[in-house]
Amino acid sequence: MAEQWIKPYGDTQDDGRVQLSFTLPVPLDEVSKEGARRLALAMGLDEPAVVHAEDMGQGFSFYVLYGQSKHRIDLSTIQVAKPEFEVLDKDGVNALIAEKMGRKMVVVGACIETDAHTVGIDAIMNMKGYNGHKGLESYHEVRAINMGAQVDSEELVARAIEEQADVILVSQVVTQKNIHLDNLTRLSDILEAEGMRERIILVVGGPRISHELAKELGYDAGFGPKSYAEDVASFAINEWIKRKAA
Amino acid sequence: MAHLQLDQARIDRARDSARRIAGRVFDDMDRSTTTTVERATLRLMGVDGVDENQVPLPNRVVDHLLERGLLNRGAALAVAAAMNEQGWTAQQVAEAVAAGRLVLDGGDDTAARNTADALAAQSCEHIATQRAQRAALIGNSGEAPQPWLYLIVATGNIYEDIKQARAAAEQGADIVAVIRSTGQSLLDYVPYGATTEGFGGTYATQENFRLMRAALDEVGAKVGRYIRLTNYCSGLCMPEIAAMGAIERLDMMLNDSMYGIIFRDINMQRTFIDQFFSRMINGYAGIIINTGEDNYLTTADAVDAAHTVLASQMINEQFAYLSGLVPEQMGLGHAFEINPELENGFLWELAHAQLVRQVFPEASLKYMPPTKHMTGNIFKGHVQDALFNMVSTVTKQNIHLLGMMTEAIHTPFIQDRFLAIQNARYVFGTMRDLHSEIEFKSGGLIEQRAQAVLAETESMLAEIKRTATGGKGLDGVIAKAPGYYNPFPKRMLQGGARHG
Repeated sequence: MAEQWIKPYGDTQDDGRVQLSFTLPVPLDEVSKEGARRLALAMGLDEPAVVHAEDMGQGFSFYVLYGQSKHRIDLSTIQVAKPEFEVLDKDGVNALIAEKMGRKMVVVGACIETDAHTVGIDAIMNMKGYNGHKGLESYHEVRAINMGAQVDSEELVARAIEEQADVILVSQVVTQKNIHLDNLTRLSDILEAEGMRERIILVVGGPRISHELAKELGYDAGFGPKSYAEDVASFAINEWIKRKAA
Repeated sequence: MAHLQLDQARIDRARDSARRIAGRVFDDMDRSTTTTVERATLRLMGVDGVDENQVPLPNRVVDHLLERGLLNRGAALAVAAAMNEQGWTAQQVAEAVAAGRLVLDGGDDTAARNTADALAAQSCEHIATQRAQRAALIGNSGEAPQPWLYLIVATGNIYEDIKQARAAAEQGADIVAVIRSTGQSLLDYVPYGATTEGFGGTYATQENFRLMRAALDEVGAKVGRYIRLTNYCSGLCMPEIAAMGAIERLDMMLNDSMYGIIFRDINMQRTFIDQFFSRMINGYAGIIINTGEDNYLTTADAVDAAHTVLASQMINEQFAYLSGLVPEQMGLGHAFEINPELENGFLWELAHAQLVRQVFPEASLKYMPPTKHMTGNIFKGHVQDALFNMVSTVTKQNIHLLGMMTEAIHTPFIQDRFLAIQNARYVFGTMRDLHSEIEFKSGGLIEQRAQAVLAETESMLAEIKRTATGGKGLDGVIAKAPGYYNPFPKRMLQGGARHG
């Protein structure tokens, strides 16, 4: 493939202009300001300029900088993992499930472990859905069980066994010091230990989830912001068909 | 001056319905106590600390009484009787019970009552002193004009929280809320001591309260503004957290009457009994409660569900009256959560906020920033927050939770708070007297919207009928036996804030 080198665009091709802001844990003075500039240099920015610096009290200071990225990237060398499936609408998903499965698809969902924020799982699962996209509960070929917030991984897996789930859908919204990664790994470990991993279509969603990250964590798919019930359902039925054929 | 024409008779009818609903629930709940109400009673009587397995002594004593079938008469009498018998303090009794050296029996005699009463009087005096101390500190260092800027810290480590809270106060925050570790609401005990590890927040413990209080008093004196401290009086240990907060002079508590039922699947009876007792303590301690109506809008649509917010505020108001709170202590919650893509959405936000202001003219309204429609586009997010700030100042809200442009990304960085405070101060300053300069067009879109929400609220409240079991914590609800005694209600319900 032809090379395609790019760098950030400010107002002229290849000027590399980027903005940056951060806090330093020292009061503001000429030294800390120069420190901020040198930090930007060390980050790979040419001609960095501190355009704003302000003392924040309690020994902290805030900086806004502009600079020119030294680096460039060849887009032609990049491959990004994307779930390969056709996104159908609600009727399309229902029809495909009816045709291929001949029964309802069972989806068990939850916010796991410490996460108490159900916005994401509710948007995908609840009848009402989100932003005009109806949730899985409204799909007559899907049996959607939303276990809500702060569900232990064990409890989720037990429910999945009890309900003979085809799909487990987990949401991780709140994240501090990357706790969501530990939570997600724990769930996939438990499924593995229960010998269920092969049978279950395991999906994760959340504002900081990408498909690539999900794959790394041992999930079948990951859905980030702007994903709706039909995206998740389309993936699930496609995956089910693919596994059946294999 | 910004004012909407509203049908006062409609407001009165809605309020009457809410009063009936709250009164009915209260009569039912007054017949029972809960494990955490009894533990809170013990805490107020001076029982603290943990056993060798880190189980709090109030839990040990209450479990002991529960096993012996004595909790239905209240923990206070049993402990007071043992105090009389042994010549010990309440703490010594609790330690002996935990060590298996002492078995409690009922002890319903006049002497036990007298001892319990004396301890309650002492405890109430300590809380009254804290209340007076608050007034004195406000008298000395002054306080900020409203809306008060309310800011959250949530590092998980109390010492890191203190650092950030002090910085926030210096930058202009008037209220610091320490977010609790995720999941604490479902713990049936209160952790002990200073804590340095939590998830999405810091454990609410009495020692953490004390440490943060001391830090805020110190920085408050420095910046010349009393800095209010907030925590979460919710979940399975609601009354105990109220007791700890009253003892350590917190100023505000998240304390919704229904949040646990709706969002944490906590049993309805348990929630109502616990909220009554915890609000009674908050009321006496001069603490402003914050209700959680903003949460309705994170799961439902802010336009469709606007009337559920007002209906819930009216019920929360009536429950608060039953617990002895005065209107100024009612931080009724609502939020700026309308989809930014909706045409005229800003008008509807103004209508909702002004409606709430006029229905509760004396309440300390708590206004929450956009969260649901915040995205990774922090630049747009900063504008959304600016619009929110504008509605807040124009409609004269009291407690203003600062919006963070990184809301959808992470728990705030120190500069996120810094920029949020700058944003709010800019808008509040530049629009300081705008509210008294503008009028809403009579019969205009904003007024019509407010009237419609009010009408929907009235009919919703008129239709509410509900009872239930189910949910977590029902096993902690205990029917009171004929000899049940608790020395606190008769003292605390006389009111704290009401009598200075």
